[in-house]
Amino acid sequence: MAIDFITRKPEETYELGRRLGRCLRKGDVLCLEGNLGAGKTLLVSGIAHELGVTDNVTSPTFNLMYTYPTEPPIYHFDLYRLDFPEELEDIGFYEYIGQDGIALIEWADKFSDVLPDDAVWLTITYGKEPDERLFHLEGERVSEWEKELRG
Amino acid sequence: MEEQVKQRGKLILAIETSCDETSVALVEDGRKIRANIISSQVPLHRKYGGVVPEIASRKHIENVLPVLEECLTEAGVTLDDIDGIGVTYGPGLVGALLVGVSAAKALAFSLGVPLIGVHHLEGHIFANFLENEQLEPPFVALVVSGGHTALVHVKDYSTFELLGETRDDAVGEAFDKVARILGLPYPGGPEVERLAKEGDPDAIPFPKALCEKGSFEFSFSGLKSAVLNYHNSKKMKNEEINPADVAASFQSAALDVLVAKTMQAMEVCGVKQLVLAGGVAANTMLREKLTEAAAQKGIAFSYPNKILCTDNAAMIACRAHYLYEEGRFADLHLNGVPSLPLGKR
Repeated sequence: MAIDFITRKPEETYELGRRLGRCLRKGDVLCLEGNLGAGKTLLVSGIAHELGVTDNVTSPTFNLMYTYPTEPPIYHFDLYRLDFPEELEDIGFYEYIGQDGIALIEWADKFSDVLPDDAVWLTITYGKEPDERLFHLEGERVSEWEKELRG
Repeated sequence: MEEQVKQRGKLILAIETSCDETSVALVEDGRKIRANIISSQVPLHRKYGGVVPEIASRKHIENVLPVLEECLTEAGVTLDDIDGIGVTYGPGLVGALLVGVSAAKALAFSLGVPLIGVHHLEGHIFANFLENEQLEPPFVALVVSGGHTALVHVKDYSTFELLGETRDDAVGEAFDKVARILGLPYPGGPEVERLAKEGDPDAIPFPKALCEKGSFEFSFSGLKSAVLNYHNSKKMKNEEINPADVAASFQSAALDVLVAKTMQAMEVCGVKQLVLAGGVAANTMLREKLTEAAAQKGIAFSYPNKILCTDNAAMIACRAHYLYEEGRFADLHLNGVPSLPLGKR
């Protein structure tokens, strides 16, 4: 099952994130794929704010992950700096995903082979205009989300 | 018989494992570095051979004891000489923090000396006390690294007001991502700086995200996207790209925002001393621009040497020393706090 969206400016990407925040549940794993500047962190920021985070949601590229003490908790990963699947174990990755919280994983496509089969994948590509973004959401449950996501 | 008197001041040993570096340092009386060992600067893990993950809690576990031993050897002291143990307990990667915190707790407990938990960014700011012996608060600190961009009003040794930080990407991250756009190797910050020297900073008018006046928040995600859009549109039109001009124009846009916001903060806080901290504090152009702006306003400006700009334990020991002086000790329940806020107690 897959759904596609287009956003035409960063504010719309953020809003899509907020809507996703209403759909995601405990144990969900959302894998984000998209080049630099696609809007991955912005989308995560929308999700996190929808779930009650009041602080800025910043890029975890350097820290590798941030956790937000929402209900359920959010685990925001960024695998940009990692190169080997063993490193996922070293950062405690598997202790977080699919457990008590929602895992949001930037640059997940670097490790697509070792991520859970039931993960939801969101692929972001550039549109024709500089600010246009195409979203392709794929996963077993995404059909249930369609109404909420289209608003 | 003459009694033997200790000829040295208070000796704090500190451990830093919040991100990539494992570091152990010994600092005497808060300001004198006796040893400051950083794992990436010693060939510790070569003996493992093959592929060694560079970013890993496990790497900290492997490194922490050899780095500790190296530190004691270099300083020429034994564990019995130590008066207190400082450790970074946040913010950072939880698994990584726990390695340092566990080692520090074990040391403090077995030696019967106080344990002191240190905020990583406070450590970066305190690196300036190691560099500049005359430095005293109050001052404003600009903390810039791969993971942080923050303006902090340091009112005294224990009162910090976070004036603002980044809303999205840290400035160091923007440098690294622009390096990737330009096809430069990782870590990209120094590469962008090198290339920028050959380019024209006014060649491309990249946006300077100053946010609202009076706000000390930063935003570097838009600048990163602007560089990317410029790059992609030039490529699509088959037009030539001058990477040096892109690097110079990007660097200029990023640094101008930092300088402008910092000078606004100096004015609002009404202080005449500015310090720079964090990995991006090693950027020569940023140092030059701040030196110039500070001189114009009669502001004293100092920054740490390049080693003290990176993640290191000497800065943690320095911070721990001042917490020790105030009797602010942690107990053995100390835990790693991944998103430890600055300035809150």
